[in-house]
Amino acid sequence: MLEVENIHKSYEGAPLLQGISFTIHPGETICLLGASGSGKSTLLRIIAGLEEPEMGEIRWKGENLVGTPAHQRNFGLMFQDYALFPHLSVAANVAFGLKMQSIPGSEIRHRVAESLDQVNLSSLSGRRVTDLSGGEQQRVALARTLAPRPRLLMFDEPLGALDRTLREQLMAELRLILHDSGVPAIYVTHDQEEAFALADKILLIHDGKITQQGTPAEVTGHPASAWAARFLGLGNVLDGIVRPDGRVETAAGVLDPACGHGHAAGQSVSLLIRPGSARLGEGQDCLVSRVKDVVFQKEYYRVTLENGVYIHLPMEVTVGQDVRVSFAEVECLPEDK
Amino acid sequence: MTIRFRKTKNQRVSESANQRISEPQSRQIAESLHRRIAESLNRRIADSLNRRIFLWLPASLFLGFLFFYPLARILGLSLNVESFTEGNIRIAFSTLRFTFYQAFLSTLLTLLLGLPAAYLFARFEFRGKSLLRTLTAIPFMLPTVVVAAGFNALLGPRGWLNLALMRWFRLEDPPLLLVGTLGAILMAHVFYNTTIVIRLVGNAQTHLDPRLEQAARCLGASPRRVFWNVTLPLVRPSILAAALLVFLFDFTSFGVILLLGGSQFTTLEVEIYIQALHLLNLPLAALLSLIQLLCTLAFSIIYSRVVVRNVVSAAPRPAQVNLRRAKKFPERIFKAGMTVLLVTFFVFPLIAIPMRSVSRLEAARAERGEVQSGLTAAYYQELFINRQGSIFYIPPIRAVVNSLAYAGLTVVLSLALAFPVAMALKRPGSLERFLDPFLMLPLGASAVTLGLGFIISFGRMLTSPLMVPLAHTLIALPFVIRTLQPALASIPDRLRQAATVLGASPLRAWFAVDWPIVARATLSGAVFAFTVSLGEFGATMLVSRPEFPTIPMAIYRFLSQPGGLNYGQAMAMATILMFLTILSILLIERLRLPGTGEF
Repeated sequence: MLEVENIHKSYEGAPLLQGISFTIHPGETICLLGASGSGKSTLLRIIAGLEEPEMGEIRWKGENLVGTPAHQRNFGLMFQDYALFPHLSVAANVAFGLKMQSIPGSEIRHRVAESLDQVNLSSLSGRRVTDLSGGEQQRVALARTLAPRPRLLMFDEPLGALDRTLREQLMAELRLILHDSGVPAIYVTHDQEEAFALADKILLIHDGKITQQGTPAEVTGHPASAWAARFLGLGNVLDGIVRPDGRVETAAGVLDPACGHGHAAGQSVSLLIRPGSARLGEGQDCLVSRVKDVVFQKEYYRVTLENGVYIHLPMEVTVGQDVRVSFAEVECLPEDK
Repeated sequence: MTIRFRKTKNQRVSESANQRISEPQSRQIAESLHRRIAESLNRRIADSLNRRIFLWLPASLFLGFLFFYPLARILGLSLNVESFTEGNIRIAFSTLRFTFYQAFLSTLLTLLLGLPAAYLFARFEFRGKSLLRTLTAIPFMLPTVVVAAGFNALLGPRGWLNLALMRWFRLEDPPLLLVGTLGAILMAHVFYNTTIVIRLVGNAQTHLDPRLEQAARCLGASPRRVFWNVTLPLVRPSILAAALLVFLFDFTSFGVILLLGGSQFTTLEVEIYIQALHLLNLPLAALLSLIQLLCTLAFSIIYSRVVVRNVVSAAPRPAQVNLRRAKKFPERIFKAGMTVLLVTFFVFPLIAIPMRSVSRLEAARAERGEVQSGLTAAYYQELFINRQGSIFYIPPIRAVVNSLAYAGLTVVLSLALAFPVAMALKRPGSLERFLDPFLMLPLGASAVTLGLGFIISFGRMLTSPLMVPLAHTLIALPFVIRTLQPALASIPDRLRQAATVLGASPLRAWFAVDWPIVARATLSGAVFAFTVSLGEFGATMLVSRPEFPTIPMAIYRFLSQPGGLNYGQAMAMATILMFLTILSILLIERLRLPGTGEF
């Protein structure tokens, strides 16, 4: 439906986006996940038509949109701090996009009411937007984005400024709305929880490129690089060197990753140890270390060892105790490209 | 000592509280304790009230005697049967009509230049931008006589433009008669006030969240509709505020009209001056003053309403977000055109004065008809000579000495009056909140009105040259208070306490914490008073003695006399005044910038 092809863009002389390509299918929600400053917001603004790419194409059902001004694209964009019009009331903010489409007044009133109802704000329609709380402003912004029935929805870190409880609540509502509307959506965030909760597909952006894409389960199950594993917080990422016997020497100890890569001796590799795969006692991959820190985390204890590795254990151990830890699986990560 | 004493007292109280005593006894003790606390509190309040009254006394007496009493006299005189004659009312009405008319036209033209300029400054980044912004701000701080002299030096019968045209086309008489027309007045007003529009509207535009416009575009608004539905409504209050302020300044303009307009154009201000000093019709002058005051009051009320509304709708953003370089062709044309226009309009009147003051461009006195041209220092040398039959009976340079003396006195007086008030305003109580607005009232009355009040109230004492610095102090005082007050209030008690805890004696703590701030604020206030006094024209024209002229008066007299020599001397004087003023402005700017100088 929407095809983004080979987008390039630089910011103040430094390359920001270097050949971004992806496709969105009808009804699909994709999340652009990346560190702040990775250019994901810029990509969104390029798709919206607020900025021009230096190279590449944005196509909608085969039609190239580069050169089409933002107001003729009919893409909805919700901004990070909502960008509500301070001189207009709640209802007038929501009605803005409808007025631009020259829809008759009675129809506008009807659809504004409908949109406000959708976000549970019907009672506030006459209020000034400057008098609203953060969560309420967020809902008005959402209603304003939805009201003109755009053919594509885009969200630029829309929950970033809210506190945790409110964020979770709005995330759930947003999920339902996105699901019900059936409109394809692009959601930009640096928060993986948000991404996992909302996305059908996740695109990881790093160094101006898409380093990995897939469902949340695919992305977390098989991180495509050491950077991805670190960014998603999947566990301990250890750099090591392959020994002649095929095992890998790391700063924490010698490990034997299950991988069919056929590394040559002397090659450097990155290993991933998921903290949940650790067990106390002997095993195939075994590390001996002393306990440095223990933190209670409801379902498990997070134990940090003196060799830098952290693991999750169901039982408490004491600081200073020497432990022998084995791992069910040590993964070998593909090299950073 | 005091600390130890208090400790023992506290101990005693706590000891007695610890002893088990019968209930009525303890209630008695509690009551007496309460009473004692209440008494000491009352005493402290009374002390501070006395202290406060004492702090307020000098300024209150000064304002009461020199502002409120004269104002009451004006009121008394104007609300008299004899001031409401048919002739008076007719003059008042036609003057009022012209005052409104020229202020309206001036405001319109100022917006015409100021709005695009504000857009230029708010949206584009280009080389020399801050310089250009400073340039547009200079006129606002210059004395009116200097601005008038500048336009005269550029467009007057002896100005650069006419001299050039006369030479090129070999004309006998200056072809452009701009000085003495409404056009000259309007141009000078635009020159003066454009910076207000650039400041207020430009600020509002700079701090406009660019994402509001982007959001509108994503919602389907074309660039034209973005402007009408989003940008304009958000900037409108600032445009209104700027327009009102410009109108107010144009409405009360005096020097520009008197010097550039000639006799046929009289605004309320000029008419008050003429009626009071030349026609000696004080009742009419008082009536005009009253009208003037009422109008100013009305504008101020409207303005404060607009400003309040302006504050509500702003959602400020960091300024850089909106700035970009002009890229598209129409943008670059706009940028280049505006820059050239602004530079031309603001530079030429300013450099015309010093250049004219050192150029001999016409026939000298003795050699009629023969044009000598070239650089000369003659006009400056002439300032030191007391010529027979010249318009002064003293060497004209004495005007500079007079001005400096008056300015010095004004500085001392206004600091002496402002300091106690600023101290009292440091922690404003109900007394301060009640009295503070009265301090600012002289700002609302025009300088000419203040002068008229002096004439009506102290007609006999006007022979004293002391009246001039008193009038100047009246005008400078609100500014000086507003300079000192925030500085004094900003001194954090906790810093002084921190210094004390670290072992500084009270005196050393004061020197370490208070002194740097106080010294800087005092100097800043002093320069402010100095500048105001140096350039003051309206009140000075009414209260000063002809034998003790100030620089602005000397310029005015030179300009209104015929002859190239007088003209050259006017330019020399204006140059001196201009440089003194610019020097002061730079000094104030330096003092205001944080992090510069010793702190």
